[in-house]
Amino acid sequence: MKPVLLIDFGSTYTKVTAVDVEGEAILGTAASYTTIETDINNGLNNALAELEKKCGKLTFTETYACSSAAGGLRMVTSGLVPELTSEAARLASLGAGAKVIKVYSFQLTEDDLDEIRSIKPDIFLLVGGTDGGNTECIVHNAKMLATLSPEFPIVIAGNRTAARECQRILSGCTVYICDNVMPKFGVLNIEPTQKQIRDIFLKRIIQAKGLSHAAALLDDIMMPTPSAVLQAMNLLAQGCEGESGIGDLIAVDVGGATTDVYSIADGMPRQMNTVYKGLPEPFSKRTVEGDIGMRYSIRGIVEAAGIDAVAALSGLSKDRVKELVDYLAVHTDVVPGDDDELEALDYALASLAIETAVSRHAGTIEETYTMMGKTFVQSGKNLTEVKQVIVTGGSLIHTKRTAQIASHAMFDPAKPSSLRPMGAEIRVDRSYIIAAMGLLSAHYPQTALRIMKKELENDGYTEQAHS
Amino acid sequence: MEETKRKKVLVIGVIGADVHAVGNKILYHAFTEAGFEVVNLGVMVSQEEYIAAAIESNADAIVISSLYGQGELDCRGMREKCDEAGLKGIPLLVGGNIVIGKQSFEDVEKRFKAMGFDRVFPPGTPPETTIEALHELLDGKE
Ligand code: B12
Repeated sequence: MKPVLLIDFGSTYTKVTAVDVEGEAILGTAASYTTIETDINNGLNNALAELEKKCGKLTFTETYACSSAAGGLRMVTSGLVPELTSEAARLASLGAGAKVIKVYSFQLTEDDLDEIRSIKPDIFLLVGGTDGGNTECIVHNAKMLATLSPEFPIVIAGNRTAARECQRILSGCTVYICDNVMPKFGVLNIEPTQKQIRDIFLKRIIQAKGLSHAAALLDDIMMPTPSAVLQAMNLLAQGCEGESGIGDLIAVDVGGATTDVYSIADGMPRQMNTVYKGLPEPFSKRTVEGDIGMRYSIRGIVEAAGIDAVAALSGLSKDRVKELVDYLAVHTDVVPGDDDELEALDYALASLAIETAVSRHAGTIEETYTMMGKTFVQSGKNLTEVKQVIVTGGSLIHTKRTAQIASHAMFDPAKPSSLRPMGAEIRVDRSYIIAAMGLLSAHYPQTALRIMKKELENDGYTEQAHS
Repeated sequence: MEETKRKKVLVIGVIGADVHAVGNKILYHAFTEAGFEVVNLGVMVSQEEYIAAAIESNADAIVISSLYGQGELDCRGMREKCDEAGLKGIPLLVGGNIVIGKQSFEDVEKRFKAMGFDRVFPPGTPPETTIEALHELLDGKE
């Protein structure tokens, strides 16, 4: 036996997973409540004590961790045109596991600076202009940022012509220069920036977030939790040497405050009569819906889906839905348990959270009429052929209706413009191991992949959504 | 010597719901051969897409094609939007089969110029003519 410990420092829970990398099995998992006020190590020690109760004393040969504690990796970005470099900056940050607090476009204003000052981001990503293109905007924005004498590090990943000038303007600040996130029109190059963001996270953010004490226990990887999840999903989809993946996939994590969606798929048009419009999206794409969550963002679900839909799916009256939503928005730690009404409401909310978040993540197609027949215009990813959907989050794990809820991720004939999967196998991450497997994959990809294939429980096959 | 100078950047594409793709590809190659940096938006391009691409790439001119006859409708308001977006005075060129049927080209040209286009070309204009026009408009400008 060779036990390895994987830790996920969350904003409310610290989760620990013990894995035997020789036996390729999960030895046990445990979680403990953590608050930002208390030392993060208390949470870890409690979780470890819990784990020891379950699995006995283990001597770990290696320890790795990821973190979304203390608000996660909070980023602000600025670009030039909203649909182009600003969007590239947003995609780059999300894919690096960040929480994107604000995306600015065009020239920063004094009001924007006030806002940035109060946001106090962990990292600022400054982009704009294709290589050889516009320099005015990024240079202006560098000058504006310099007036803040920012303590936060700034990653410059815009027009390469302006990179050094921006660096000079920001001398005295911590600045990193990366390749342009959009070197040519419509071409994304976000990996170098993502790598830089992860490096900064490792070097600086961990200290700032009071994690350095815990970090002393760790071997080497420390990354934002969403980044670990994205790595796990990449591995699960694409496989590694000696072990094949399960193919293109979508993963949805419905949380209390946000809903994260990941897709590992190319998604470009397949038909000759389809024209692609807009920025091509990354093969591994992550989106976060900040207004969609089961408790803190419960009102966002109702707002996005409409109270009628919530009432219809739950079978409760609109008035009752309103009452319960008001209650849950305040009592964020309430779970349905044996309460049938709450179970019904959470079923509806989780279904609509998935539907909303996956619809926003997936691409769309529009039909345009031309005299010689139909032409289609696609923007964003076509996920109709994706055959695997992985779901996680309390509301999906603690229910018998997982597959039914997950079916709301599917293509809906009533909304044919939304390019969601036509039919897919549903897998559930019941023991919350995905982030841990992302961590493990850095050194033991085959083991992590085989464990995921075993542990992500198959919950049936779903054709398309509900009517 | 020439190499170190920044290439002039053109944004090209076929406007509106127009899917005629062949001429666009020919122009892309012809302009690239002639030493321009070409941002090709392909077919079915909206005014906003030309403008967004021109801003990011700091384009020196926008070359619009229209083949299917709706060019006049599709091009309306383009100059005003460019002004609004800070692309003041950017040269706008248009060509292809920009209107339906047989109309006197002089009238057509007048109408497009009134809409703010700098150069308007009749059907069958070879790429060489366009390239000459681009040199006239752009050479010596910084
Ligand atoms: C092939 C073709 C199609 C194909 C296009 C396939 C594809 N995806 O490319 C299909 C069948 C889809 C099609 C559809 C239609 N077409 Co059609 N099509 C043609 C055809 C036969 C050839 C076009 C072509 O590829 N030419 C070869 C290339 C190299 O030339 P080009 O496109 O003209 O481009 C050159 C020049 O125009 C110039 N140029 C282009 N842009 C610019 C810009 C500037 C600034 C300058 C200076 C020069 C310039 O340089 C280019 C390179 O040399 C023409 C007739 C013809 N012989 O031109 C009709 C034609 C263009 N189509 C026409 C029409 C009406 C249509 C339809 C509306 C209906 C129909 N009757 O089929 C639909 C519209 C669909 C849509 N939404 O766009 C008409 C347009 C009439 C008008 N403008 O008054 C034409 C002229 C036929 C005709 N005589 O009626 N079409």
